Amino acid sequence: MTDQHRAGPNWPFWVVIATVTAAYLGLLLGMLAATSVHSAPRDLWRALGSPDIQYATALSLVTCTVAALLSLGVAIPVAYLMSRGHFPGKNLLDTLLDVPIVLPPMVIGLCLLVLFQTPVCRVIERFVPFTYTVYGVVLAQFIVGTAFAVRQMRTTFDHLPARPEDVAMTLGCSRGRAVWLVTLPAAKRGMFSAASVAWARSLGEFGPILVFAGATRMKTEVLPTTVWLELSVGNLEAAIAVSLMMVALAVAVLVAMRVVGERP
Amino acid sequence: MIALEHIAIHAGAFTLRDVSFTVPEATYGVLMGPTGCGKTTLVEIICGLRQPASGRVVVNGSDVTREPPGNRGVGYVPQDGAMFPTMTVRQQLAFALRVRRRPATEVAAREEELARELGIAHLLDRKPHGLSGGERQRVALGRALAAKPAVLLLDEPISALDEDMRGDMRDLLKRVQREHRVSVLHVTHDRHEARHLADLLLVMAEGCVRPADLATLGAP
Repeated sequence: MTDQHRAGPNWPFWVVIATVTAAYLGLLLGMLAATSVHSAPRDLWRALGSPDIQYATALSLVTCTVAALLSLGVAIPVAYLMSRGHFPGKNLLDTLLDVPIVLPPMVIGLCLLVLFQTPVCRVIERFVPFTYTVYGVVLAQFIVGTAFAVRQMRTTFDHLPARPEDVAMTLGCSRGRAVWLVTLPAAKRGMFSAASVAWARSLGEFGPILVFAGATRMKTEVLPTTVWLELSVGNLEAAIAVSLMMVALAVAVLVAMRVVGERP
Repeated sequence: MIALEHIAIHAGAFTLRDVSFTVPEATYGVLMGPTGCGKTTLVEIICGLRQPASGRVVVNGSDVTREPPGNRGVGYVPQDGAMFPTMTVRQQLAFALRVRRRPATEVAAREEELARELGIAHLLDRKPHGLSGGERQRVALGRALAAKPAVLLLDEPISALDEDMRGDMRDLLKRVQREHRVSVLHVTHDRHEARHLADLLLVMAEGCVRPADLATLGAP
């Protein structure tokens, strides 16, 4: 008896997949296009010329850069431990490291606020005041940025073979020196990506900053705070201008990550 | 000289217990055994990359069981060469001497000497991603020999090469061992390879290592 079964065509499968992709992309581009054309460019430029917005832009760029560098400094050792280490409780630690990613942003801000009411943190605040200051902005950005940087660095270390590091140790290196001389140079693209992800996350951080550092103009106002403050007073042009600037910065980071990531 | 005395380790799916053998000075020892029997684990124990549960590792008469890998005086060549991906061939050859902060003139002279001996002088300024499997293994061998170790550990160094290159690499390994008068422990599961190289044959099976007669490998 011959087999009468015939496999169906593949095209319906690809049509469904292409339709879903196109619909999502359409929503995404539609959102950005509508925002871009809503106001006249002249009004947007005028809004960006305001001293408040210029201060928020400068503060955002500085705090995001500091937070991203701090995030990278913590993410490298933590991710290395998670990638190469074998120890009891590793799964639990892995889950804990993802907590800032899944926690509602406002809750992170609230937790920071409560933490800095404890006696130990009050002592710290005598030397470096965090609550409602620029340092608080950096700390709030650092908490979330680090969680993303750790993920990125862990993927990087997972993809780098451990053997060259072992060989370096047989050639006279301690573990630390082998990592420094062999592993970290090989991980430089991952480090750039991790810092970029942390920077981009920090740029968009709003909830924790609002709760922990406040939204005081010319003091702790960063770009997402500006969008919120301008919207709350009905200044849509300024909110759109700042939003478009943030979109441009985010796209620039994405492009830079792609360019660095694809370089041989 | 390499000696393992009553080594025991439990690692994953297999257990090694009471493993003892000696590879005398300036001898080419070949360790054979089926895939997954723990040959690489033994090499890692000699290198110091793994700690045994019990037993002693002796290299050139010194007990190195608790010494870190870099203090054991061993050169290690893993299966895929494990090149340092961002370094040129020259930098790989210089690595062990630079770690020891040797003078630049000594480092340069050693680079040239090894490159000439291993036939990789034309590759000195290249990075590993463009090298063939055989070239990588030559570089890995030179890198391991740079600090003049007393012992060379070769973990299936030619098994990933194609047949044409294997013969050249076999000849090179034998020549290097004789000229440098190092004790070699070469891990393989290839009888042909063992027959060409071994002064001493060790066979690993069921968690133990026993010396075997070279005649069991047949005529070369």
